Amino acid sequence: MNSFKAVFKRELKSYFTTPLAYVFLVIFLFFSGYLTFKQGFYEMRQADMSAFFQNLPLLFVFMVPSTAMRMWAEERKVGSIELLFTLPITITQAVLGKFLAAWLFLAIALALTFPMVITVVYLGDPDVGLIITGYLGSLLMAGGFLAIGCFFSAVSKNQVISFVLSVVACAILVFAGMPTTLNYFSTFLPAGLVSAIETMSFQKHFESIQKGVLKFGDLSYFVLLIVGWIAASSIILDERKAK
Amino acid sequence: MIEVKELRRSFGPVVAVDGISFNVEEGEVLGLLGPNGAGKTTAMRILACFLTPDSGTATICGHDILKNPIDVRRSLGYLAENVPAYNEMTVGGFLNFICDVREIRGRNRKETLDRIVPMCSIDSVYHQTIETLSKGYKRRVGLAQALMHDPDVLILDEPTDGLDPNQKHEVRKLIQKMAKSKCIVISTHILEEVEAVCSRTIIIAKGRILVDSTPNDLKEKYKCSLDSVFRKITRTESASVA
Repeated sequence: MNSFKAVFKRELKSYFTTPLAYVFLVIFLFFSGYLTFKQGFYEMRQADMSAFFQNLPLLFVFMVPSTAMRMWAEERKVGSIELLFTLPITITQAVLGKFLAAWLFLAIALALTFPMVITVVYLGDPDVGLIITGYLGSLLMAGGFLAIGCFFSAVSKNQVISFVLSVVACAILVFAGMPTTLNYFSTFLPAGLVSAIETMSFQKHFESIQKGVLKFGDLSYFVLLIVGWIAASSIILDERKAK
Repeated sequence: MIEVKELRRSFGPVVAVDGISFNVEEGEVLGLLGPNGAGKTTAMRILACFLTPDSGTATICGHDILKNPIDVRRSLGYLAENVPAYNEMTVGGFLNFICDVREIRGRNRKETLDRIVPMCSIDSVYHQTIETLSKGYKRRVGLAQALMHDPDVLILDEPTDGLDPNQKHEVRKLIQKMAKSKCIVISTHILEEVEAVCSRTIIIAKGRILVDSTPNDLKEKYKCSLDSVFRKITRTESASVA
């Protein structure tokens, strides 16, 4: 437990001792605001945050892998993985420590979008429950993307390769559930398969949570996704740590 | 304290460690010698539980490297060949991270840092980030990291590489001082270091143990310097393999 805490603390600190955290936060906050207002936040004449949440999957497809890419690729490239895994730390503790630190960092980034909440509260009378579930869905989605990024970061020593692979994997999971993609698939795939693709994509589950519906199926989708990719990261890391 | 039994490890077609066995007891300083690519680092990495062997096993302080790797890592201090560290951290931050992992807390942590930092002569760079340090200082930080928890077993891969002559002398003195109560394995290319600090030496080449003796016995047996002994033994092996 102490080893886990030590890794978690070190990792979280390391975001803020390098310019990474600040560059990430500035870009994320700028684009999350920009995309919201560009989508016609005022034109909708509705005091809610749907315009903000709708854009997050697209933003996360690029932003989350950029946080995750250094997680293991850097450790392996610099060789500090040899230090880490000759200290009394298990692979699971190290993977979880790093993952949760990165997830907390993304939670901080999401929390810093609070001016959006203040804006809609000032402009009207929004449904607070909807805002809370929207943030919960976003956090779960960030966790899912991060777990995928963590896996690809363990796959390659090269951060650029890890980044590209995670962006592609996350994009597939987001875009597979878009109505246009599903329409295209339905022209040549049986309905059952199209529905399976939709169920496996991020979009359906994220939209459902964002609408304020907390279904067991949606929550377990994200939990399973995170646990699965984290477990895969641990296995691949054990396999490749010394290569 | 260290028992190595028939360790074997290969990387694809290359056999790095080919069935080595040896024991090291408390109070011994074992020098692992061998040409580049002999398998010294691989053997040390296996003992530090960073690599798993293909076959064979080892116990350190009674803990099996395959069954209890975490207990093994708790009881040993390991300095890796290229001294990996977190470059963006300061020396102080890094050593505190090691304390966190090794569960050295409160007053004990202060005492440990007060003991280790001057011992490794890193007081002057304590607040500096590791990436700005010279090779010698980085190695000293690595050594400090390995000594923090006062382990019974020390595995040091080329501990004096990159140090200036004064520092080399200091580190050798440090090893000699610790030798009485610990079990130390060092790998080195510097043969004078073996004479200065090692009570026993193992020469390995192509993953196999060629000689297991004391430096003095080797010199007496071959009637020449350790340098010449090393060349004779490792060249004969290369020739016989060729």
